Amino acid sequence: MNLTLKVWRQKNSQTAGKFVTYKAEGISEDMSFLEMLDVVNESLTKKNDEPIYFDHDCREGICGSCSLYINGHPHGPKKAITTCQLHMRTFKDGETITIEPWRSAAFPVIKDLGTDRSAFDRIQQAGGFISVNTGGAQDANAILIPKVVADEAFNSATCIGCGACVAACKNASAMLFVSAKITQLGLLPQGQPERYSRVQAMVAQMDEEGFGNCTNTGACEAECPKEITLTNIARMNNDFFSAKLFREEGVHDHVGGE
Amino acid sequence: MSEFKQTFNSSLGKKLIMALTGLFLCTFLIVHLGGNLLLFKDDQGFAFNSYANFLTHFPPIEVIAYILYISIIVHAVYALVLTIKNRRARPVGYAVQPKSDASWSSKNMGLLGSILLLFIVIHMSDFWFVYKYDHVLKFKEYRTDLATNVTTVGEYVPQVAEFERSISTENNVEIVRVKDIHARVQESFSKLWYVAFYVIAMGAVAFHLLHGFQSAFRTLGWVHRKYQPIVYFFGTWFFGVIIPLGFAAMPVVYFIQSLSK
Repeated sequence: MNLTLKVWRQKNSQTAGKFVTYKAEGISEDMSFLEMLDVVNESLTKKNDEPIYFDHDCREGICGSCSLYINGHPHGPKKAITTCQLHMRTFKDGETITIEPWRSAAFPVIKDLGTDRSAFDRIQQAGGFISVNTGGAQDANAILIPKVVADEAFNSATCIGCGACVAACKNASAMLFVSAKITQLGLLPQGQPERYSRVQAMVAQMDEEGFGNCTNTGACEAECPKEITLTNIARMNNDFFSAKLFREEGVHDHVGGE
Repeated sequence: MSEFKQTFNSSLGKKLIMALTGLFLCTFLIVHLGGNLLLFKDDQGFAFNSYANFLTHFPPIEVIAYILYISIIVHAVYALVLTIKNRRARPVGYAVQPKSDASWSSKNMGLLGSILLLFIVIHMSDFWFVYKYDHVLKFKEYRTDLATNVTTVGEYVPQVAEFERSISTENNVEIVRVKDIHARVQESFSKLWYVAFYVIAMGAVAFHLLHGFQSAFRTLGWVHRKYQPIVYFFGTWFFGVIIPLGFAAMPVVYFIQSLSK
């Protein structure tokens, strides 16, 4: 199949970018979207042009590296998959595909379609962990957890931190990501000791990074490749207000590793 | 910065303020609709005028009224602050219109809210301000024979400019003299453009609350599998349909009545 690509090209974070149109010819419909870009890059390299930069790593939908805002959808038009899992048969022969980077003040463009998502790392470092003593591992069944609770926590834990929620949100809010990271620990017994300091620290870091504010539109939930639900945001809100209004934990009463 | 200041200045804190003021305004709508249903009583405005008189002369109502005015202002100001912050969070927009699955009302709360703010300003200056501060309203006198319960209506011209209202009984006849806001309602709702504006504004109420009511519960963190369907049902049918339809029926019915006069 032959396609026309409108791709955002930007040299670095300092310079302004623009759309450049490329032809993608002889594309197999069994290729993944990233393989299609590999083919285009190959031809660009042969012509001594700068290849299109895009983030990718595992190419099996679990690492959270790939991004791309394709025709108005993060990770393309199909539900519950990442860009690397998107096949070219999703598109029609001769179609024009517009490819943009995630748009968020907190995710500055590094080059072309690649953005700096280290804001997510800093939010995680602010409290997205549990503190455990080193030594012999505990017996796995020493603490009993109801199946429904374990399942819910696991659903939240499937978040791969790709940032599609921020890209899809009309407010560029990161609340789906942050709430999933808070909930996966908040639901489990091991997460309880730091539950209320964690939510305060992570929300504070999220605000500092310059993400927008959730208006519960649900676009994030619809676009999330791991189908993280909006319920996580409500859980985060509940824990946050509980911590701030009814509990006595300070914001930074635990600093990881010290 | 104190703990509370920090709480309410955080992203979630600002959202909490939006949710709480929004839900308070929702409860106000119930009371407002309930009272205004008196407009449908065919008694030449006796019940409605008496109700308006009660609202403006019962001190606890005054207190709640001021909380209400503050809520409207805070809700609007915070909406503006949050919108500006949200715009700043995405300085470079997308070339392709986002096609993510989200309800129309949830994506247009700012637009709907702006229509409502304009409506509230016009609505309050036409009725609330005129009633309380502008001395243009005439007075009506309702004489009810307490033995037969028959009410007769007449004009009342006050002796002094400061006259507010009077309720007295003589010879088994109750005399109620109150400001005739009902006539103002009749006059306003006889204009087609005015009625159209009210109906459009009520459409905005419907869509604003369709998203807003359930969204407030999410912001407060009150999401529970058992109660969420009830919140959705209530938000959709009561706040999204019944309340706006009830309000919109008032200008429409009065407009139709004005045609036959």
